[in-house]
Amino acid sequence: MATVDLKDVRKVYAGGVEAVKGVSIAIPDKALCVLVGPSGCGKSTLLRMIAGLETISSGEVSIDGKVVNTVGPTERDIAMVFQNYALYPHMKVYDNMAYGLRNRGTPKDEIDRRVRDTAKTLELAHLLDRRPRELSGGQRQRVAMGRAIVRNPKVFLFDEPLSNLDAKLRGQMRVEIKNLQRSLGVTSVYVTHDQLEAMTLADVLVVMNGGLVEQAGAPLDIYEKPASTFVASFIGAPPMNLIALAGNALPEGTKLVSPVPPSAATLGFRPEDVELADAAHDAADGMDLEAQVEAVEPVGAESFLYSATGGGRIVVRVPGRAIAQPGDRLRVLVPADKLHWFDQAGKRVG
Amino acid sequence: MVDTPVAVAPGKATSTAAVLGRKEDGAMLGVSRSSRYIAHAVLILGIVIVAFPIYYTFVASTHTLQTILRPPLPLLPGDQFFENYSEALFGGVGRIGGVAVSTLLFNTMVVALAIAIGKIIISILSAYAIVFFRFPFRMVFFWIIFITLMLPVEVRIMPTYKVMSDLGLIDTYTGLTLPLMASATATLLFRQFFLTIPGELVEAARVDGAGPYRFFKDILLPLSRTNIAALFVILFIYGWTQYLWPLLMTNRNDMNTIVIALKKMISFADADTQWHLVMVTSMLAIIPPILVVLLMQRWFVRGLVDTEK
Ligand SMILES: Nc1ncnc2c1ncn2[C@@H]1O[C@H](COP(=O)(O)OP(=O)(O)OP(=O)(O)O)[C@@H](O)[C@H]1O
Ligand SMILES: [Mg+2]
Repeated sequence: MATVDLKDVRKVYAGGVEAVKGVSIAIPDKALCVLVGPSGCGKSTLLRMIAGLETISSGEVSIDGKVVNTVGPTERDIAMVFQNYALYPHMKVYDNMAYGLRNRGTPKDEIDRRVRDTAKTLELAHLLDRRPRELSGGQRQRVAMGRAIVRNPKVFLFDEPLSNLDAKLRGQMRVEIKNLQRSLGVTSVYVTHDQLEAMTLADVLVVMNGGLVEQAGAPLDIYEKPASTFVASFIGAPPMNLIALAGNALPEGTKLVSPVPPSAATLGFRPEDVELADAAHDAADGMDLEAQVEAVEPVGAESFLYSATGGGRIVVRVPGRAIAQPGDRLRVLVPADKLHWFDQAGKRVG
Repeated sequence: MVDTPVAVAPGKATSTAAVLGRKEDGAMLGVSRSSRYIAHAVLILGIVIVAFPIYYTFVASTHTLQTILRPPLPLLPGDQFFENYSEALFGGVGRIGGVAVSTLLFNTMVVALAIAIGKIIISILSAYAIVFFRFPFRMVFFWIIFITLMLPVEVRIMPTYKVMSDLGLIDTYTGLTLPLMASATATLLFRQFFLTIPGELVEAARVDGAGPYRFFKDILLPLSRTNIAALFVILFIYGWTQYLWPLLMTNRNDMNTIVIALKKMISFADADTQWHLVMVTSMLAIIPPILVVLLMQRWFVRGLVDTEK
């Protein structure tokens, strides 16, 4: 139905804050693009520029190939789900959903049909006569979704829509949003700071930092090949272990079987990419690291071992119940193809 | 608004449910019986002190002039109720400067309504402009409105009178109400309320295709209705009890408001004053404001319960 293209988009707020410093993203038709990044990195600002709620300082935003920089939010034909839902408190659920259609002059029976259809899809049919304050948080969230869906817009925009829900409901809604977006086939932009949400929802994942795109691509590509130490430590939970190399020297207790790339300044490996070895076993390639367990965090299906090494603290993930105790010494092996190298500036090497 | 000294349910202090629930809460929280009696005693004493002059006015309005003039005044109503009230309302003798009380009540009603409604319309619109629109000198306008608060009406009264009389508005409803309509207080109140409306709500409306007019009509106005109701009560009474301005603005007796008429009734020598009719007129004068308070109070309590988030 629609593509969304951003070309070197910038935003300087009136106070002089440059919130977005030149972002280019191409979102294909029907794709769900997730913007993820730490607080204050400009995600919301970017989303609001796509929505038309914020002026664009420079660059171009196009929807469906048409530049919409000067077009108002109504004419852009987008729908937005807000973090606090922004339901009209004095209107019933029905009217909340119908309001946008009424303003567009949709015929009454058409409105009625669409509101009831959408309500059925979202299991809101029995709540149509209630006001927002008579709903639970999850139900309000659904109404906010319904208000967006019922308009059948070109683009959905979500600004942290699940952040006010409890963990369980958030998981359910995540799946539901993904399914809805798939079945409706509406191009969507979704802002979150939750990396799990980002990984599971995204067709296109955009990791932002300080107003710039650090990396964009398919979630698993980003997970497997983070473009920088920032991305490496942002995507994945717990984050990638990073060990600084002093010059080209390795910290104490670390052996490398494979060669170190010339410009490397930091070495990284994921907690789940390690093997715990006994003394007899030697690494065929990759890295061999001595560590002392400081804390054990069992979460059921897996356990995390927080351990001290010559190069700083690392986390190791082991399946099931941990056999190690705090104080135990470990030998941690990482195969060469699971090692990530970063240069002085934090950019990926090789 | 005095109540038994009991913790109010958090966050729901204004809902009727909480108000109704408070009595039971009191019992549950173990507020002792005797302290509740004391609370009620204090309350009743307060009410008696506040209400006694009004009761006494009512008593006086049911006696003959002779009874009133011969102290002490009885504490119980007399038997002249129908005589006095019908004389004041329909009789020739009690007419004030040849004008029936009903005309005076009508004048006052027009003035009070025009002031209350006019003020609300003007101030809600100016607050809307100041809060939701970006235009040159926005803050200058805001401060100009704000500064008018610093000048009491009495200071402006001579120039205002001059303008009104030059415009030939003496003895007209326009002249009586127009200068009292511009209101910094109400504008400020609406501004503060509008500032509490979340930005997301405004943006949701924009995305939903509501232009400035629709946003005002469909969202802002319904959300403001408790504020409007409360303001209406205050402004209606403000308009109803206006004294200085109507006194200046009216020469013709048939344009008087009831307050001015009351004043004219007792400006004769004491012995000539028809005290029983003065009392009747006073009673009649306070009925409409009381009705407004009662009716609107129910309306804005319901409003509070309905729109609370
Ligand atoms: N209206 C504004 N005026 C000036 N600066 C602003 C305004 N809105 C946001 N900013 C600034 O722009 C930067 C980006 O803000 P933005 O809201 O886009 O962050 P975000 O990535 O959405 O963060 P969060 O995850 O906390 O929501 C921040 O530094 C913020 O202080
Ligand atoms: Mg944000």
